Amino acid sequence: MNVVVCVKQVPDTTEIKIDPVTNTLMREGVPSILNTFDTYALEAALRLKDADKSTKVTVISMGLPKAKDVLKEALSVGADEAFLVSDRPFGGADTLATSYTLTRTIQFLEERKGEKFDIIFCGKQAIDGDTAQVGPEVAEHMGYAQVTYATEVELENGKAIVRKDTDDGYCVLAAQLPCVISVTKAPYELRFATIKGKLKANRTEIETLTNEVLQIEPDRIGLKGSPTKVKKSFTPELKKAGIVLSGDDPGAMGTKLVGMLRDAKVL
Amino acid sequence: MTNFADYKNLWVFLETAEGKAKSVGLELLNPGRRIADQLGCKLVAVLFGADNAEAEKAAAEYGADEIISVEGPDYAVYFTDAYAYGMHVLVEKYKPEIIFVGATNVGRDFAPRVSCRLKTGLTADCTSLDIDAETGNMAWTRPAFGGNLMATILCPDTRPQIGTVRPGVFKKAPPQPGRTVPIIKESIPVPQEEIKVELVESVKEIANELVKLEDAEIIVSGGRGVGGPEGFAPVRELANALGAAVGSSRAAVDAGWIPHAHQVGQTGKTVGPKVYIACGISGAIQHLAGMSGSDCIIAINKDPEAPIFKVADYGIVGDLFKVLPAMTKEVLRQKSE
Repeated sequence: MNVVVCVKQVPDTTEIKIDPVTNTLMREGVPSILNTFDTYALEAALRLKDADKSTKVTVISMGLPKAKDVLKEALSVGADEAFLVSDRPFGGADTLATSYTLTRTIQFLEERKGEKFDIIFCGKQAIDGDTAQVGPEVAEHMGYAQVTYATEVELENGKAIVRKDTDDGYCVLAAQLPCVISVTKAPYELRFATIKGKLKANRTEIETLTNEVLQIEPDRIGLKGSPTKVKKSFTPELKKAGIVLSGDDPGAMGTKLVGMLRDAKVL
Repeated sequence: MTNFADYKNLWVFLETAEGKAKSVGLELLNPGRRIADQLGCKLVAVLFGADNAEAEKAAAEYGADEIISVEGPDYAVYFTDAYAYGMHVLVEKYKPEIIFVGATNVGRDFAPRVSCRLKTGLTADCTSLDIDAETGNMAWTRPAFGGNLMATILCPDTRPQIGTVRPGVFKKAPPQPGRTVPIIKESIPVPQEEIKVELVESVKEIANELVKLEDAEIIVSGGRGVGGPEGFAPVRELANALGAAVGSSRAAVDAGWIPHAHQVGQTGKTVGPKVYIACGISGAIQHLAGMSGSDCIIAINKDPEAPIFKVADYGIVGDLFKVLPAMTKEVLRQKSE
């Protein structure tokens, strides 16, 4: 079995602060990390490898040269090989151009290997863009089945049996292979890199694929291939603070608040 | 080349569950009305299902000018393959200029599949919808970077323009009972080879709760401060007394104290109730992104510096295990008066 995991290097959005004076994003000093949801996608792929040692896990990332760091991280926890998709013409891509570039990369690797990937894993969404679009769009470009919001993946009778979060609970779906599975946070522990894993990751060469290699039509990639354009960005306004009660008697404050809410016709 | 003049009207994808229109689609008819009027075009509700009678009635009462109703056994429950197939056929036939889709788990699964097939742009999780004065395009505004930044996105060169919109951000218009509008009936059978996924089982985890989060007028949410699964007891008691739904922050879900279906925030549900009571929730920007559209926010937290107080209309600095029982008691006392 061959699986590929698409990952992204993102700024740790939980560490982002807003400059109180200029009211702009302070990006300096914000660590770059492997997108949280992608760590779960990688884990789901590695669990398939745990169950069947012959499974090969390939990891790809589109991004700047420093995105090699997150590919190294993936190798150190057990991925077999990693490719960086990086070239100036890929820059400024929205989800349509990104998903097309990833699709063409996957097809390029398949052709080179002479073997198909049975499952393409993605994280549910990247924590910087938060669109959750790249997974389904890769599925569409490939003409494959998709399962989004996945939390568990097993193989049975040549199908992927996937547990998926729904709006009011969960469901279990059986998807034909090959398919695309986008993984959300799952209630299992992630594995850590071992010393041996880190050494192996350092020894593994990460090939960079440019568009000279991939040969994707220039009007389908980067800014040119992106139907959506950012017109402006701004920091959200928080509204002014309201009435805050404090004191020694929390019970009395609770009773008082309900009275205030009733008087204000809130409740 | 896309001939823009061919593309007319604003569509709202009306998500249904068991034949009923979900709240989010009816909410979207409200900003849909405003924008359709601005553009001088029709507001069309588009729905798929096995039996759409009830949802058609709701679409008419909540303000659609016209309904496109696709009925058939292939659409009884949501499947990506079937719904994307049906929607693509409809778009090719009727050529809408704009499509709104609710940013539910279903909508965020469905919309990218459709937009990609049409090779057009999709803007995710919008919280504000306008027409760009300069160009006449839709101006889709959405949070990014975990809610730290807002971005306004245009899709100037392709049609239709598609966006998913967060549930709870817009309020439903008052319904007009008995209102009827033209209904275009379509039956679009889905070829067998299109269907690549089958349902094994489906489980509703919040079926035993009184009120659904998305539909609730009042939500009482618990966070890290409740301390454990049993700490949700006073939260539930206040919710029951108020007829409210129970929500939670990510911290409480990650700790395994409550199922994910209750989670409010950037990676959970977006809600916009009349009253949101946050108990033991510090108010990380990711949580605020999911509830700051509430009409009235009430925060209860031991830490006076908690960021939740910055967005709260009312707050109590104090121990939720003492504050909540007192509130519940007072609510019940007022009720019995």
